[in-house]
Amino acid sequence: MIAVKATLLRDLTLLLRRRGEILNPLVFFALVITLFPMAISPDPALLAIIAPGLLWVAALLAALLSLDSLFRSDYDDGSLEQLLLAPHSLAALSLAKVAVHWLLTGLPLALIAPLLGVMLSLPTGSYAVLALSLALGSASLSLIGAIGAALTVGLARGGVLLSLLVLPLTIPVLIFGVGAVQAAIVGSGVAAHLAILGALLAASLMLAPWAIAASLRISING
Amino acid sequence: MSLHLQARGLGCERDDRWLFKGLDLDIHSGEVVRIEGPNGCGKTTLLKILSGQLSDYQGALFWNGTVMSKARDHFLANLLYLGHAPGIKLGLSPLENLAWYQALSGEKDDEEQRLNALESIGLAGFEEVPTGQLSAGQQRRVALARLTLTPRALWVLDEPFTAIDRNGIADLERQLVAHAKAGGCVLVTTHHDLPASPLLRQVALG
Repeated sequence: MIAVKATLLRDLTLLLRRRGEILNPLVFFALVITLFPMAISPDPALLAIIAPGLLWVAALLAALLSLDSLFRSDYDDGSLEQLLLAPHSLAALSLAKVAVHWLLTGLPLALIAPLLGVMLSLPTGSYAVLALSLALGSASLSLIGAIGAALTVGLARGGVLLSLLVLPLTIPVLIFGVGAVQAAIVGSGVAAHLAILGALLAASLMLAPWAIAASLRISING
Repeated sequence: MSLHLQARGLGCERDDRWLFKGLDLDIHSGEVVRIEGPNGCGKTTLLKILSGQLSDYQGALFWNGTVMSKARDHFLANLLYLGHAPGIKLGLSPLENLAWYQALSGEKDDEEQRLNALESIGLAGFEEVPTGQLSAGQQRRVALARLTLTPRALWVLDEPFTAIDRNGIADLERQLVAHAKAGGCVLVTTHHDLPASPLLRQVALG
């Protein structure tokens, strides 16, 4: 438990000292969303229809972008070997790393999404659901994505392969995330969608750490 | 406690080339075993196999007479591995780096110990400087401070002398021998000639 906490603190400190890396996905998210009203049409009625999908797709891609660096620096400087040789559960230690990734990528994305929603004239009343669905969904994305990041960490350019591996697995999260926001807009119940997002998160919380640990072992073996 | 790491018929093939084959190795408490051989002969690979990081090999490993797969937890609790890459975060200070290692090895958080370890390796005064601003030799010393910080019986060290100055090398040699005398065992690869000692054993690869 001490080791998990120490890993959490270490990664938080490291990332907070390199703010650029935290800002990258946020800037990407903001840029993509800013371009849509210019490229498609500034018509609020049209934008309001496509806003939930746009916001979710852009957030998903922004989160994917940041995944490649999850284990990369640990692999390069030899800390990953030490993590594997620590007399602790590798699954728990990797869960700490994923938690840091979500705290500094997924959560900020969820928090600025309502702001960008204003830019796409997202109907009022759906902002809270947007943030909540993104917060829940991005936690699953971090967990699922970490499996891909662990599998590709040994490759020099694993970025594209990582996206190919992870994207199909994230589709359910995307569908129910967008579904929740759309339900909030039309005024039908959002509880079902959020519950399914929560269930997806619970399932990934249970299974992903083991898969990440196994993938890291495979990568270090290669 | 007497420790015994045993390898039987160890073989490793990389890119259709046998790095080593049918290698038998016995490492006991109170020994410094130096693996030597030319570049590319598989020293690092051998150390990684012996420290349980690689599973792609032939042969069998035993720890205190038990098959490694069954004794892995006990083995890891006694192992200190220092690889080619030092495992030091450049964005953190030496003190913070050691704090992580202390927690990772399951020791309790003790700043006094960390400061002592850094002082004994010659880094007094650099405790709070970001490791990225230190020289290569000093960065290596941060990693070597773990030898003092974490009491572990089996040391597996891959080229620990890299970038270390002459005094540092002499200190480290003394530390290795002292560790073996105290009942630990050391497995080390290096191109640097270690001073003759009754505890020292050489294994040639390639």
